[in-house]
Amino acid sequence: MGDHHHGPAKGLKRWIFATNHKDIGTMYLWFSFAMFILGGSFAMIIRAELFQPGMQLIRPEFFNQMTTMHGLIMVFGAIMPSFVGLANWMIPMMIGAPDMALPRMNNWSFWILPPAFLLLASTLFMEGGGPAFGWTFYAPLSTTYAPPSVTFFIFGVHILGLSSIMGSINIVATVWNLRAPGMTWMKMPLFVWTWFITAYLLIAVMPVLAGLVTMMLMDIHFGTSFFSAAGGGDPVLFQHIFWFFGHPEVYIIILPAFGVVSQIIPTFARKPLFGYDSMVYATASIAFLSFIVWAHHMYTVGMPVSGELFFMYATMLIAVPTGVKVFNWISTMWRGSMTFETPMLFSIGFVVLFTIGGFTGLMLSIAPSDFQYHDSYFVVAHFHYVMVAGAVFSMTAAVYYWLPKWCGRMYNETMGKTHFWISFVGFNLAFFPQHFVGLAGMPRRIPDYALQFTDFNMMSSVGAFIYGGSQILFLYNVIATIVAGQPISDEKVWEGAEGLEWTVPTPAPFHTFAVPPQVK
Amino acid sequence: MSTQDSTGHEEYYVPESSGMAISATIGLVLSIFGAANVLNDMTFGEPGAETNSWTIFIVGLFWFAATLFVWFRTTIRENRAGMNSAQLKKSYVLGMFWFIFSEVMFFFCFFGALFYVRVLVGPWLAGEGEGGTMNYLLWEGFDYSWPMMQTPQEAVGGAGAQLIANNGDFVSPHTSMAFGEVEHWWHWLPMWNTLLLLSSSVTVHIAHLGLLANNRSKFNIWLGISVLLALGFLYLQYMEYHEAYVLYGLTLDSGIYGSTFFMLTGFHGFHVAMGMTMLLIQWLRSIRGGHFTADDHFGFEASSWYWHFVDVVWVMLFLLVYIL
Repeated sequence: MGDHHHGPAKGLKRWIFATNHKDIGTMYLWFSFAMFILGGSFAMIIRAELFQPGMQLIRPEFFNQMTTMHGLIMVFGAIMPSFVGLANWMIPMMIGAPDMALPRMNNWSFWILPPAFLLLASTLFMEGGGPAFGWTFYAPLSTTYAPPSVTFFIFGVHILGLSSIMGSINIVATVWNLRAPGMTWMKMPLFVWTWFITAYLLIAVMPVLAGLVTMMLMDIHFGTSFFSAAGGGDPVLFQHIFWFFGHPEVYIIILPAFGVVSQIIPTFARKPLFGYDSMVYATASIAFLSFIVWAHHMYTVGMPVSGELFFMYATMLIAVPTGVKVFNWISTMWRGSMTFETPMLFSIGFVVLFTIGGFTGLMLSIAPSDFQYHDSYFVVAHFHYVMVAGAVFSMTAAVYYWLPKWCGRMYNETMGKTHFWISFVGFNLAFFPQHFVGLAGMPRRIPDYALQFTDFNMMSSVGAFIYGGSQILFLYNVIATIVAGQPISDEKVWEGAEGLEWTVPTPAPFHTFAVPPQVK
Repeated sequence: MSTQDSTGHEEYYVPESSGMAISATIGLVLSIFGAANVLNDMTFGEPGAETNSWTIFIVGLFWFAATLFVWFRTTIRENRAGMNSAQLKKSYVLGMFWFIFSEVMFFFCFFGALFYVRVLVGPWLAGEGEGGTMNYLLWEGFDYSWPMMQTPQEAVGGAGAQLIANNGDFVSPHTSMAFGEVEHWWHWLPMWNTLLLLSSSVTVHIAHLGLLANNRSKFNIWLGISVLLALGFLYLQYMEYHEAYVLYGLTLDSGIYGSTFFMLTGFHGFHVAMGMTMLLIQWLRSIRGGHFTADDHFGFEASSWYWHFVDVVWVMLFLLVYIL
C-alpha cells in the first residue's frame, strides 16, 4: 500500500487535480475569503453612498446591483463555501476517516464554483447591467423587468446548487460510512453533527431553488406564466418557493457555526460541552422546524390570517431549541477555567451578538408587529447580527482555532485579539444603529434617505469601514502565520482541546488516519 | 485496493489525483455559457444576428458527455480490478440514494407549485376567499376551473389586460389533456404511457431476479425489454406533445395550465430519457463485457432504483396532472 502514502503533487497540478480533502478544504477556504473580500467591497460601496443623504457616488441602478451582488456573493460565495471548506478539512479528521467518501466528486464540487461566480460577477459588465432585484430576486422584478444578464444569473445559481448538492452528498456519505470503529453517533463531535444535519437541509432545498430558477427561466424565455397572474400564475408563488428554500438556507448557514462554537467553548472553558445530547436534539429540531416557517418572510404579502398565525407560532417555536443551545454554551463556560485566546473571544462574541440577532428575530416573528418592521433597516440589522456576528464570527474563530493545526505555526495572539476588538466594535457600530433607523421607518435597499436618519447612517458607515478594514489585519495575520509563524509541534495545540483531530501530528500530514483509530 | 493492514482494518481506497473533475468543469461551464447565450440571443438579441452561441453550447455538451463517459469508465474499471473495498461500495450506495432524494425534492418543487396554483391562486383570481379582492380589482369576469381553459388575461381582454404587468400573451387551449370521451378511451395516450412505464418497472425487477439467480440470458432479455418499453414511452410522449401543440392549442404560452403541464411532464420525460440511457448502458455492459455478478452489480442496481423513482413520479403525475 506504499503507493498511496504519497505526498502532494507539485505546483498547480496539486490544486487542479486535487482529491485530498485537506487540499480541497484549503481551496474552499481561500476561495470563500476572496469572495468575502469581493462581497465586502460591494458593501463598502453601499455604505459610502449611504454616508450622507442625497446621491453622491453612484447611480441608483448601480446601487441596486451592489445590494444584490453583495447579498448573493456573501451568502453563496463567502459563507457557504467557507463552511464547506471547514467540513472538508475537519470532518475526516474528527471522525477518524482517511478522506472524504467521494474524493473526485469532491474536487468537482469545488472547481465548478469559481466559474459560477465568474459568470455571476461578469453580469455587472453586461449590457443592461447585472441583477438589480435583490438577493431574494422576487418575480416579476427578476422576470418581466429583469435585465438580459438574468439568464447568466439563473445558470450561475444552477451550478452553485449542483456544487452544494454534491458537497452535501459527500458529507452525508462520509459521516454515515467512514466513522472510525467506536465512533458512535452520540460520540461524534458537535461540528460533525451540525454539518451532517446541514447536509440534509442542503440536499432537500437546493433542488427546490434549482426548480425555482428554472421556472424563472421558462417565464423569461418560453412564455410560461408561473409568476404572472395574467396567465393564472402568481408572483407570490415565487416568494413561497423561494422561502421554502430560503428559510432552511439560513439554518444551513448558521448550524455549522453552532458546531464550531460548540467545539471551541469547551476547549477554552476546559470543561466538556454542557448538555451534548440536548445540543444534538436541538440542532435536529431547528432543522425540522426550518421547513415549516418559511412564510414569516412574507407576512405583508397578503396571506390568509390562518397562514399568518400558523407561521407566527411555528417561528416562535424555533426560539426553544435555539434557547437550549445558548443556555448550554453559557453553562459550559460556567465555573470553567476560562482563558480568552482569539478563538474564544470570537466565540463569546458570537454567543452575545447572535443572541441579540435571535431576539430581534423573535420580534420580527410576531406578525402584527412585523407589518411595522418589514423591509426596513431593522430587518437588515437583524440578519447581519446572525449572518456576520453569527456565521462570519464563528468562521473567523474556526480559522484561528484550527490554523495552528493546519500549518504547524502559531498565529500572532496580540494581532488576533486586536482583530477581534476592532471587528467587535466596528460591527456593532455598523449594525446597532440600523435597528433604530429601521424602527424609525428607513426602508432597506434604497440609495437615499430622509435627513433625520443621517447621524445613524454616518455611524453605520464608519463602523462598516472599521469592520471591513479589520479583515485586512486578519488576512495579514493568516499569511504571516503560514509564512513565518512560530513553529509548533504539539499534537494538542490547545491544552483543553479534545477530539481525534488533536491526536494527529502538527502540522496535520497530507494523509491522516489511513488506518482508522479505535475510539473508546 | 481492499487490502488489510496488520491490525486487521481494511484500508480505504483514496484515488490518486485526477483530471476528470476539471475536465467536467470545463465541459459543464462551456455548455451552460453557450446555453445562456442561445437563450439571450433568442429573447433579447437582434433577429438574424450571427453568433457562436450554439457552437459553444454543443462543444461544451460533447466535452461534458465525453468526460462523464471516461469518468464512469474509470470507476467501473477500478471496481472490476478489485480496487473498491466493501466500505467504498457503500459510499456509492449512499451517494446514489441521496442523489435520488435530491431529485425527489426537485419534483416536489413543481408539484408544490401545481398545488398552490390549483388550490389557492385559481379561486383567489376568481374572487373567492381572502385573496378574492384581486378579482374585482384586476380580473373581473374571470371564472376559475381546472384545467384552465381561459386565462385571466383573456377574461379581462383588450386594453385592460395590457395595463397589467405580464410577460406575454397567454392564449388558452381549446382542448385539455384530461380524459376525453369514454367510447374513445383507447385514444388516451397517458393511460398507455402508464401501462408502459409500470410494466417496465416490473421487467427491470425480473431482470434483477435473473441476475441474482445467475441467469445471464434472463437478465439480458428482460433488461432489453425494459429499455424498449422506455423507448415506447418516449415515443408516445412525443406524439402527445405533438397533439397538444398542433391539435389542442396547448403550448407553453397557454397560461398556467400549459406551464405546469409541460414543466412537469417535460422534466419527467427528460428523466425517463436519462433513466433509459442508464439502463441501456447497463444492458450494453452485460451484453458486451459480461459485467455484473449476482453479488456485485451496483451499476445496474443504481440504474434500477432511478428507474423505479421515475416510475413513482409518473404515477403522481398521472394522478395529479391528468386525472384529478
